[in-house]
Amino acid sequence: MTTMLAMLLLAVGTYTVKAIGPFTAAGRELPPTLAKLTDLMPAALLAALVATQTFVVGTGLTVDARVGGLVAAAIAVALRAPFGVVVLAGAAATAVLRLLGWV
Amino acid sequence: MRSLDRTANEAEAAPSVLALAVPVGLAVAAYGLSYGVLAVAAGLSPLLATVSSVLVLAGGSQFAFVGVLAAGGNPFTGAVAGLLLNLRYLAFGLAIARHLPAASFGRRAVDSYLVVDESVALSLAHGGTDVVRRFRTFGWSVVIGWIGATAIGAYGGRLLGDPTAFGLDAAFPAGFLALLAPWLRSRRGRVAAVTGVLLALALTGITPPGVPIIAAAAGALVALAVPQKRGAGPHCDEAGVTRGGTG
Repeated sequence: MTTMLAMLLLAVGTYTVKAIGPFTAAGRELPPTLAKLTDLMPAALLAALVATQTFVVGTGLTVDARVGGLVAAAIAVALRAPFGVVVLAGAAATAVLRLLGWV
Repeated sequence: MRSLDRTANEAEAAPSVLALAVPVGLAVAAYGLSYGVLAVAAGLSPLLATVSSVLVLAGGSQFAFVGVLAAGGNPFTGAVAGLLLNLRYLAFGLAIARHLPAASFGRRAVDSYLVVDESVALSLAHGGTDVVRRFRTFGWSVVIGWIGATAIGAYGGRLLGDPTAFGLDAAFPAGFLALLAPWLRSRRGRVAAVTGVLLALALTGITPPGVPIIAAAAGALVALAVPQKRGAGPHCDEAGVTRGGTG
């Protein structure tokens, strides 16, 4: 029951956050500086997510087979591979490294 | 005559938005599968795991939520951690809203649901005149891929085994890197990215989960201070306005 309530909180809160943009700013132009800021925020946020999803375990940082996956993905990106291939490369490289014994 | 033929051939060769959306949905399904398995392992019923993907539609926060459950933590702590992670959708929602038409309540409500990393980032990075169509098509592809794969992972988890053996946990950061790539072509984009990484990693462990990502947004502020290169950026649309990576 608690779990379901907590999940509902997450769901409602998330949707509210997502909806602020479309409900307040759709069809309107943002002031230029704010527009440039919101254009750049995905870069900062996505990069932070790449880093934390690769190096974070629990509350600390670690290096494991996910780094190999990141390297493979980076190569695929540099080669201008499409989205699906990059993801596949990352997963496959990590899987292979784990097969070879690296955690 | 020959130039017309060439244009027609080019138009046929260019992949349709629908064709581009399929690999996105499949890639998202890869980590959706992982989530379904992990959610059930953390104690959710397969039904609740699937419903969570329908209601939340935000992979990172869902992984964080079930991670807290699996560690025996308070579900509300998991929810808060997830919400902090999802605050980035305020930025994504604003970023795509500039392109959305001023439409009915219902239309905006649906568009809001479709705000996910892939739909916003991929449509903005491409720019052009069909940002909205790309946003919605990629959005629905993610919806179908994420929810469908969660269900398969949740109900079929025992058959799948350990998702980390398939490297599915590395699929997530790989996907984010693919989404980030267009921004790395501009100087400001690179500065924003590097600053975001440094901020997030520096704060990991010394702040509650989710806070490092919020703080990383300041990377965009830092990037604004970087001078912009004159001339066409990599994402000029027809109006000559740069989108995504500026400068």
